[in-house]
Amino acid sequence: MTAAVKTPRTGFDALSVGVVLAAVGAYALVAAARTHEAMFQIHMYVLLAAMALGVVGVIVSGAKPKSAAQSTYNDEIVKAGVIAAMFFGVVGMLVGVVIALQLAFPSQFYFPELGFLNFGRLRPLHTSAVIFAFGGNVLIATSFYVVQRTTKARLAGGVWAWFVFWGYQLFLALAASGYLMGITEGKEYAEPEWYADLWLTIVWVAYLGVFLGTIWKRKEPHIYVANWFYLAFIVTIAMLHIVNNLALPVDAFAGTSVSLMAGVQSALTQWWYGHNAVGFFLTAGFLAIMYYFIPKQANRPVYSYRLSIVHFWALIFIYIWAGPHHLHYTALPQWAQTLGMTFSVMLWMPSWGGMVNGLMTLSGAWDKLRTDPVLRMLVVSVAFYGMSTFEGPVMSIRAVNALSHYTDWTIGHVHSGALGWVGFVSFGALYALTPWLWKRERLYSLRLVDLHFWIATVGILLYIAAMWVAGIMQGLMWRAYNDLGFLQYSFVETVQAMHPYYIIRALGGVLYLIGALVMAYNLWRTARGDVAIQERTPASAPAAVPAE
Amino acid sequence: MSIWSGHRILEKHSLLLIVAILVVVSIGGLVQIAPLFYLESTIEKVQGVRPYAPLELAGRRIYMREGCYVCHSQMIRPLRDEVERYGHYSLAAESMYDHPFQWGSKRTGPDLARVGGKYSDEWHKDHLIDPRAVVPESVMPPYAFLMKKTIDADAVVEEVKAQKAVGVPYTDDMITHAKADVLAQADPNADGSDAVAQRYPKAQVRDFDGQPGVSEMDALIAYLQMLGTTVDFSTYQADAPANRR
Repeated sequence: MTAAVKTPRTGFDALSVGVVLAAVGAYALVAAARTHEAMFQIHMYVLLAAMALGVVGVIVSGAKPKSAAQSTYNDEIVKAGVIAAMFFGVVGMLVGVVIALQLAFPSQFYFPELGFLNFGRLRPLHTSAVIFAFGGNVLIATSFYVVQRTTKARLAGGVWAWFVFWGYQLFLALAASGYLMGITEGKEYAEPEWYADLWLTIVWVAYLGVFLGTIWKRKEPHIYVANWFYLAFIVTIAMLHIVNNLALPVDAFAGTSVSLMAGVQSALTQWWYGHNAVGFFLTAGFLAIMYYFIPKQANRPVYSYRLSIVHFWALIFIYIWAGPHHLHYTALPQWAQTLGMTFSVMLWMPSWGGMVNGLMTLSGAWDKLRTDPVLRMLVVSVAFYGMSTFEGPVMSIRAVNALSHYTDWTIGHVHSGALGWVGFVSFGALYALTPWLWKRERLYSLRLVDLHFWIATVGILLYIAAMWVAGIMQGLMWRAYNDLGFLQYSFVETVQAMHPYYIIRALGGVLYLIGALVMAYNLWRTARGDVAIQERTPASAPAAVPAE
Repeated sequence: MSIWSGHRILEKHSLLLIVAILVVVSIGGLVQIAPLFYLESTIEKVQGVRPYAPLELAGRRIYMREGCYVCHSQMIRPLRDEVERYGHYSLAAESMYDHPFQWGSKRTGPDLARVGGKYSDEWHKDHLIDPRAVVPESVMPPYAFLMKKTIDADAVVEEVKAQKAVGVPYTDDMITHAKADVLAQADPNADGSDAVAQRYPKAQVRDFDGQPGVSEMDALIAYLQMLGTTVDFSTYQADAPANRR
């Protein structure tokens, strides 16, 4: 409450947000009137409506009387992030299951009259939904929670924090609807067109401002290690996003653009971006989650402060070099490929430094793995992190890559990281956050967490085992020669050989999706304040009397 | 001052921390990417490589729009089986006018870097309309709707101009005739269809989809049929010292 007195609301935050919304809205209005492209026009109307809603939201929130609770932490925005993350997680995984089924049963899951449901349009929807919508919301929610707790300060920027949250959801809406309508820049994981990219840039700068502003208000002298990782994630993603999306719109009021870079330069810039979206979005950001939630849930300090310093700087320095391993044996000069391979192999060490620091934080608390399924989820995520950061360097070796590249082995590798590491560490964080945010004693059901854990783990194992076999088999079939010295298999024979593995993969994905649905139910009941009937027995309940 | 106490300074000054992070994460990209803009091996020209004809460019836009790159690569690696299966390995110069590149990262379907001329227009049309009617084991989606949508020639002209603005050497003559070339390349009887092949050597001028008008099917097949065909590998000397850098 004293904080409220010290920092009186000037209204500058609301005013500046309003100016940004009005400026973007004005462009949207003009663009909607001037453009020749029907789909771009739809997006401009969406943008205009969103800006108008935003202005209304700013005015309404400004008129509301400030309650005493608002002088402490801003947890409302974290709650919103948790809900958004859970929603997009389920949607993204569902789309993943659909496209897995399309490859397994093409005759049943393609609809000639509904071209927007083809694999080529749904696949970007899947990757963006799970990486940017699910992962992004987890990162925004946890970063806003962690930075407030570790600085003992309320989130800075006032309305700007909500601008970041809703602005990000608007970016997701533009991106997702764009994919279905066929609006794309044609670069994997960077598909959104120039105007969505620009909007995200504005949102991202605001994100950095809010995060940094909170750090400036800190009441602790030191910046906690999780916040180094969040900062590296936010700053580096900004750099990657801007450089990789340099493009010229064909017209000031057109939705299509032409990339500034072409050919080899475009390829390496894209994979510098693509690999570091993994490195900084899906690794640095989620390591920040590990550094807050594992010590918190295990109630132990981080294992080694010095290890965290060494592996932080080593990780962010080395990761940036690893991109060229996506371009082995291509027209990229060999020296660049060799550099990419060398740094990818080196990357194994700082990756495992993080794994060791996470796992060893459990020293003296290993018994909690038996009793706390949330902690188990977090710890197993770190184990999957260790596994995929070993597999990655192996696959980056040119000779291995000659076999693995272009095959489903890559898809399996991505998913051992995505489902095992990013998924599980996010689930663990959301399970931990929900009772904290909604001020509940405990989760609705720990047994359901257990169930989720096992369903999801079996799902991951089916998925990655199927993709290992499929990928290595396909790679070997492509290069197989018969006794006469001819290629043994036509391409389509290798497609046919994938069929059983594509079914197993889809099954693994279905299991993982079911686990997420169980989780959504569990979190919803937790937020309502329910406790499962079977688990309601208080700790002090009398021991059961054995039957006669 | 030990390294650890030195680090405390960063832990207490957020702006220093951010500057340090930015310096550390910039080095790798600068060392790897910047040279690609001036090294001879990545910017050299190869005889035959030319900008896309307007109809091909429209087809390339459809290729991107439909996400073909998520399942098809356009980059043949210099490995024995790939060269035998797909043809000569891809040269850097062959994608020098690709804004952005479409090398791809996955072969759920085969590489398309040299698919041009391997199949008939009729085969491509049938295959795109219903892949499994032609290749029963295929897992490719159907693209019958491309037959019904017509190409907006004005939009193609806009894109040609934008391509020129980012450095693709379209001449004024090419820009002036871009709109006419869209229509002429898909109609061998049109006035100026000969001129298309003069402006864009080896451009194929045909009614690709076998129906009147310029459909998206025409554009996509025109693009597929030119992929990998512009360099003459009977005269290209891969072993010449200049090409072995």
